Amino acid sequence: MASTVLFYLFAGLAIASAISMVYHKNPLYSAISLIGVFVALSCIYVSLAAPFIAAVQILIYAGAIMVLVVFVIMLLNLDEDKPLNRLRYLYFVGGGLGLILLVQTFFVFYAVMRAPNHAADQTKMVGRTLDLGSAMYSQYLLPVEIVGVLLLMAIIGAVILVRRLSQPQLELVIEHELEQEHRKR
Amino acid sequence: MEPSLASYLALSGILFTIGATGVIFKRNAIGMFMCIELMLNAVNLTFVAFSRYYGDVTGQLFVFMVMSVAAAEAAVGLGIIIAFFRNRLSIDVDDASLMKN
Repeated sequence: MASTVLFYLFAGLAIASAISMVYHKNPLYSAISLIGVFVALSCIYVSLAAPFIAAVQILIYAGAIMVLVVFVIMLLNLDEDKPLNRLRYLYFVGGGLGLILLVQTFFVFYAVMRAPNHAADQTKMVGRTLDLGSAMYSQYLLPVEIVGVLLLMAIIGAVILVRRLSQPQLELVIEHELEQEHRKR
Repeated sequence: MEPSLASYLALSGILFTIGATGVIFKRNAIGMFMCIELMLNAVNLTFVAFSRYYGDVTGQLFVFMVMSVAAAEAAVGLGIIIAFFRNRLSIDVDDASLMKN
């Protein structure tokens, strides 16, 4: 009983925060609403017996990604979002897409409700850090390695993108570095 | 009594719908970026719910992968936004029209 009440509480919080994120024109308010969604989802993960994922959700999403987003919003000193006046037909596209997705959600809800056996397996406990870690470094080693390489590529790409040098300047820097290395020898 | 699998899937579907509509309604790039994050989170919720109801660890593992990809996307996406702002002094996606005409 208590878990049902908590689920509806946090589900309502998540949906309300998500709607407020889309509604607000100021990007900073949107970012803070999105942090609300992440925290509510993290509480739902705890109720789904996944404590590790809940902790990682707070650490990575609310802690790292949103700090980066808020930092960029502050850095660029953005003003408020202007209304869609040039592309007015987008309102209809967005409304239609939302309607279709909601109908689809309703069908999924209906189908799963009608399925015969959907009680959670209470005896198995899979959300512990030990279970995740041992699966990660034995059975799923290759995807973990690929994700590691992807993160490295993303970091290098981000540094290159934001660097304030043009191509000729970059070539000069590389030449200079090569020269220095040559002198050391 | 625990909430059924269907209620988790419904919550996830509603969050995904809000994110998908937000991508179309928002005009600045950072707003669209945040809506994409919201959609990724909705998918993560289905992974964790199925992982709970089938007693399988794979779902939670893939949530971890999705989070790593989201972090990589944040780094590169925000880098692109900053580079775009330097050239155009705005992050309105309508101003990204250099290849038009």
